[in-house]
Amino acid sequence: MNSEATLNVWVVDDEPGMCLGAVRTLNGYHDRFSDLEEKVAYNVESMNTGERFLEKLETSQPHILLLDGKLPGIDGIGVLEELHTRGQPIVTIMITAYATLDKAVEATKLGAYDFLAKPFTPGELRNAVHKAARNVILTEKARQLEEEHRKVRFNFISVLAHELKSPLGAVEGYVNLIKTRQAGDNLDDYDHMINRIGIRIGGMRKLIIDLLDLTRIEAGTGNRRIQPLTMHDICNSVLELHTEAAAERSITVTLDCPDGITFTADSSEMEMLFNNFVSNGIKYNRDGGTFTLQITKKEGKLTCTFADTGIGMSAKEQERLFKEFSRIKNEKTRKIPGSGLGLSIVHKIIQLYNGNVGVSSIPDKGTTFTVVLEESSNP
Amino acid sequence: MSEQPTILLVDDDEDFLLQQKLYLTNAGYNVIAAEGRKEAQAAADENDIDCAVIDLMMEETDAGFILAHHLKKNLPDLPVIMVTAVTSETGLNFDSIATGEKKWIKADAVLAKPIRFEQLNSEIKRLLA
Repeated sequence: MNSEATLNVWVVDDEPGMCLGAVRTLNGYHDRFSDLEEKVAYNVESMNTGERFLEKLETSQPHILLLDGKLPGIDGIGVLEELHTRGQPIVTIMITAYATLDKAVEATKLGAYDFLAKPFTPGELRNAVHKAARNVILTEKARQLEEEHRKVRFNFISVLAHELKSPLGAVEGYVNLIKTRQAGDNLDDYDHMINRIGIRIGGMRKLIIDLLDLTRIEAGTGNRRIQPLTMHDICNSVLELHTEAAAERSITVTLDCPDGITFTADSSEMEMLFNNFVSNGIKYNRDGGTFTLQITKKEGKLTCTFADTGIGMSAKEQERLFKEFSRIKNEKTRKIPGSGLGLSIVHKIIQLYNGNVGVSSIPDKGTTFTVVLEESSNP
Repeated sequence: MSEQPTILLVDDDEDFLLQQKLYLTNAGYNVIAAEGRKEAQAAADENDIDCAVIDLMMEETDAGFILAHHLKKNLPDLPVIMVTAVTSETGLNFDSIATGEKKWIKADAVLAKPIRFEQLNSEIKRLLA
């Protein structure tokens, strides 16, 4: 629904004066919903019997129905029953002079949204229609949100399928070559192919682990264990995982974290966050470079700085950093493995701690990520 | 053409490139492998190429088209095989493209990934015959 939407209102009443009154009150009236940032105009049509309404319903449908309870022929409750049977819900305001509790219960069960007792003033009619219109707008917004959510999930699954299909295709190709001995007689070539199979399978495993991490974070806070953590220990245990990779490429890793710093958080979330930044700081570094992890804490806020001397990024590349599966593809990154999910995982964790992340980067000089987290207040 | 035809193989997927290179070398071709458009263009300038096998989407989504266009400009008779995953991922069928529109695709054959090694070999043989 845009900010200038028109809502169709149908009035079904056998009293011509009532129909005319509703048309005069609502037609051309601009209703505002400032909290929803919506403005609507009403387009009112009237009909004098339930039969006429049901006939018209075959070709179009109103957003809001003002329905008289007492009609010649099929009455208001009969009309509601028919809508209920057809599975055609319309936001309906029952208009009746003979409202009884039983009738009200029956009408509500059949889907009536509100009641308006005759006689009513133009102001009362506008108020009732305003309330109904709000319901229409909210329902439409919920539908749009659901649709958007569905599209996002669909895109995610398509990309995921592609990300799993590529390594599978590569492994399949190698297996085929090895099985049929179609790669020549050089055994080194076969060793190389087996090595590549291992690398591609490792990539798939990493993707699945990242996917599980992402799902765990998105699933909610059920299994979180919020407790005071000694940051020095967390940093050391994460850095230890990357010692070998750093040593292989002569990258000097430095930790600057005073002993006494504690931070109330979930340890596995913190490890996931640090692990991703440290892993990137090593992967995208240059041989013989440095990687520095610095932790400070002030007024309950933890600041973590991850600085590398690696390949860096252009401003344009930085914009796409935290999107799912958006790996930066260029000559320098082509051979660096990654699932494309790491930074979207850390982004979600940072949100859990009301935090923020900043990045400064210069191509071929290095990148520094600065993460600020607020201590978790709900242990 | 020498006894061992020279194939220029261009793909930014290192595994696909290695597999095709090993297979085609074993099948009796001289293979020059390039991982991108610029590297391929340089290789084509420095070597006598008998056939080019080019991946469509590399560093840019249309890198294969651009490369094929440049190669054909200098060597109009060079057979070019375009290899692409676009067909299997989007359902786009290059065979169904109208002849007029096809003119700007400077390729003699378009093969959909995943391609079978034998299929590639027979396509190369057909174009070199």
